[in-house]
Amino acid sequence: MLTILLDGVAYGMLLFLLASGLSVTLGLMNFINLAHGAFAMLGGYVTAILMNRAGVPFLATLPAAFLVPALLGVALERTLYRRLYGASPLDQVLFTIGLVLMAMPIAAYLVGDEPQQVHLPAWMDGRIEVHSVGIGVYRLFIIAICGAIAAALQIFLIRTRFGAQLRAAVDDARVARGLGIDVDRIFAIAFAVGSGLAGLGGALAADVVGGIDPSFPVKFLVTFLIVVTVGGSNGILGALFGSLLLGVLDVAGKYYAPSIGAFIIYAVMVVTLIVRPQGLFARGDGR
Amino acid sequence: MWRYWIPGAALSAMLAAAGAARADDNTVTIGMILPMTGPFASTGRQERAAAELYMHEHGDMVAGKKIVLEVKDDTGAPDVTKRLAEELVGNDHAKVLMGFGLTPLALAAASVATEAKVPEIVTAAATAMITEKSPYIVRTSFTLPQASVPMAQWALKNGIKKVVTLVTDYGPGVDAEKWFAEAFEKGGGTIKQKIRVPLKNPDFAPFLQRVQDDAPDAVFVFVPSGQGAVFMKEFVERGLDKAGIKLIGTGDVTDDDLLAGMGDSALGAVTTHHYSAAHDSPENKAFVTAFEKTNNGMRPNFMAVGGYDGMALVYKALEKTKGDASGDALIAAMKGMSWTSPRGPVSIDPETRDIVQSIYVRKVEKKDGALYNVEFATMPDVKDPYKAAKH
Amino acid sequence: MSASDAAAVQARIGAHLQRRARWRWPEIVFWLAILALIFVLPSRAGIINEALIAGLFALSLDLILGLAGIVSLGQAAFLGLGAYAAAILASWGFAEPALGLAFGAAVAAVVGLVSAPLLLRGGDLTRLMVTLGVSLLLGELANRNSWITGGADGLNFSIAPVLGLFPIGFTGQRNAALYSFVVLFILFAIARRLAHSPFGLALAAIRENRLRAGALGVDTSRRMVAIYTIAAAYAGAAGALLAQTTQIVSLDLFDFHRSADVMLMLIIGGAGYLYGGLIGAAAFIVLRDVISAATPEYWEFWIGLALVILVLAGRESIVAAAARLIALVAPRAAGRGAA
Repeated sequence: MLTILLDGVAYGMLLFLLASGLSVTLGLMNFINLAHGAFAMLGGYVTAILMNRAGVPFLATLPAAFLVPALLGVALERTLYRRLYGASPLDQVLFTIGLVLMAMPIAAYLVGDEPQQVHLPAWMDGRIEVHSVGIGVYRLFIIAICGAIAAALQIFLIRTRFGAQLRAAVDDARVARGLGIDVDRIFAIAFAVGSGLAGLGGALAADVVGGIDPSFPVKFLVTFLIVVTVGGSNGILGALFGSLLLGVLDVAGKYYAPSIGAFIIYAVMVVTLIVRPQGLFARGDGR
Repeated sequence: MWRYWIPGAALSAMLAAAGAARADDNTVTIGMILPMTGPFASTGRQERAAAELYMHEHGDMVAGKKIVLEVKDDTGAPDVTKRLAEELVGNDHAKVLMGFGLTPLALAAASVATEAKVPEIVTAAATAMITEKSPYIVRTSFTLPQASVPMAQWALKNGIKKVVTLVTDYGPGVDAEKWFAEAFEKGGGTIKQKIRVPLKNPDFAPFLQRVQDDAPDAVFVFVPSGQGAVFMKEFVERGLDKAGIKLIGTGDVTDDDLLAGMGDSALGAVTTHHYSAAHDSPENKAFVTAFEKTNNGMRPNFMAVGGYDGMALVYKALEKTKGDASGDALIAAMKGMSWTSPRGPVSIDPETRDIVQSIYVRKVEKKDGALYNVEFATMPDVKDPYKAAKH
Repeated sequence: MSASDAAAVQARIGAHLQRRARWRWPEIVFWLAILALIFVLPSRAGIINEALIAGLFALSLDLILGLAGIVSLGQAAFLGLGAYAAAILASWGFAEPALGLAFGAAVAAVVGLVSAPLLLRGGDLTRLMVTLGVSLLLGELANRNSWITGGADGLNFSIAPVLGLFPIGFTGQRNAALYSFVVLFILFAIARRLAHSPFGLALAAIRENRLRAGALGVDTSRRMVAIYTIAAAYAGAAGALLAQTTQIVSLDLFDFHRSADVMLMLIIGGAGYLYGGLIGAAAFIVLRDVISAATPEYWEFWIGLALVILVLAGRESIVAAAARLIALVAPRAAGRGAA
């Protein structure tokens, strides 16, 4: 049914937005940032709080949902994260888990335990039916916005000078530095953008997942990791197609075979990794 | 090398110190084991607030004994819960264990309750068989069958013939589905489909699509509190309400804790439950006002009233035993105890030690500008059907 | 190299290994201290038991991560398997704990053996995610088959006294701790022996550089499968102990947070020298208990803060304070200390 397909695409797009930041830090900087979900949570809270307490319209909160986590990302990157770029992966895991463990009680203390709801404007609430294929207006909006962002990121990477520098830094940081590229600045910006995208994803996801609550980062951590692994941590397109595949399979699986629905996403990941250990769309060097 | 032993000694000292007991014959310690962190933290929050409110209102002395409340985070793990229960009883000399947000956690403490002969008052978990696991378990929350069967009865009386059930795939959800289906089909209704949704489910879309495909008169829903909001939203967004499908279920889906924030998509949902913050009685009005005042406007929900009544039960039992806090005396006193709770009249069934209470049919409406579950029908003295069927 | 030269080198390596394998007195003090703690603080036997079992679980992770360099986020799979195996066996009437322990370890080992080939390809991230995926899948399987596993309600059962003599219920908490201690010690001694054997040397080579080890003629695949199976058995034993000393199992044993917690414990204590898991487990569990008693709602914050500070201050420098002790037990990952 096409409706299910579209629902799956919408879900996949949301996953892409949320996980793209993780893909960026993992693929670009080889840094395992398990605190990624906390940035998504922050973006969700920004939108919810601005809307519920300050009456700001939904669309107007979205730039803030991007900027606040991005700024926080820059601040943390400059002060804390950068000390650990050379550290062992185990230390990175420990550190980022520590950050998440700190973020959740802070959220509970400042905002409270109840899920903060995001109430969409009325024009987004409806449904469009075209020849028995239906899709919620909001889901269409998600597909449109995430698609636009994905396209923008891809163009940015391929067409702009900064993008070229970024790709160079990823390929071989030492050589890039030798060519005069300010690798540190590039990493900082990449981290900020990744965190900002996570925040935006959190804001957009808030309606779909029932509100933002303090346990959001750990609830979705596994999902993010699955997306990144299946898609391959190569770049935007890999993450995009990986997310779409998982989104569609997950939604379709739950529809056609609800009793095994939850299995699908884990099984797909395991099978993918057996067949292609580096993820579906990664580079051949198996990183 | 000594630098290595210092942390070791420090840890051991912490262990020893933390275990130092306050043995006192005139103190009755109540050990509350609740989810204070994690996805069910709101349960812990509500219950603790309610228990503290009760103590605040009624003082901390009962029949010459001083009541002390100790709250522990269960961390969601049954092995930790069991250890906490053992420590509360063994080291802190707790005379009563209370709380338990999930079935496995209540079961984990059951063996401690039996072996140590300490009453275990379940104020949150709702699977029916819990009270059978120890002769020292008493419940003040509710059971899913207790809430689901009346829903089936109401549905049958109100022209609903075809239903699709949609529940979360874990203990309480399965209970709700089973008992609703049985009662509904026995009364002549048809269950067209039984959908089970994974507990960690962020998206109801595919499941709602299946509901829509069957075009039933109503969909019976059970989801843990917290997921009710997203379910409502997606239900309305897909236009299921306009397609004439009624939303019925147990009150967990319109949890008072979250109802105010759910938005208009929740309007019109009919649910059955044992407590609504809008219950029209002087006891409840006093309870809600006091609760909101001491908790920054937080509205009490059915978890809160479970904790409140748990404390009430302990106080009343102690009064009846004139201060005898031994497990057997307390249990004997609790059996058959009845009083008026903020939710309505309640009593403890002497045979099953489970709660007997009124189940209300309510509809979500706007009252004073906020959403409430407004009761419009009452079924009094509902015993847990699961155990009633066995006798 | 002539035959006699080769024999001489082998003899030297053998003697070196034997020297390293001797128990040092700080180790003996360590184990006696734990035993003493159980008798000196009987009221805390419950949490000591929890720490011992967590230590065994962390040891199992150390076997693969510290010794062989295999990363895994799925050790919880074996914890859960061992626990459920022991629980189901007991609920079918075979309530002798030793039997359940062996059964739990065996079931976990079999699954470990079967799933080990999945780990041979791909990089670290792949391994992390495959192991995680397997443990989540097993959790789902356990949820589905609630007729045997009890589903989300869990399974509770009663257990016979250990060897018919030592009850381990509510009144037998000290016995439970002693039971766990004995099992942990025996398994630790075996692991220690393994680490100081040619097998252990081969694992160290694989950990340092798998390609090079293979080029040197080490059968890396077989070794990795072997240690993974052994580690699975250890984790299964930990699970069985957990089930038996608490008489309850539930689905959260397969959860991601179990695998994450044990990895935290191992990293805190330091991987590679076998004591790290035990120390990290003890530290984590005691700290968590003390902090959550002080603040049931916000204890995670303080643990997180402690972790962040630990990493920033340099886990290495803190561990360096015990560096001499470590060097006595087993040379660290640096690869130095070869003949």
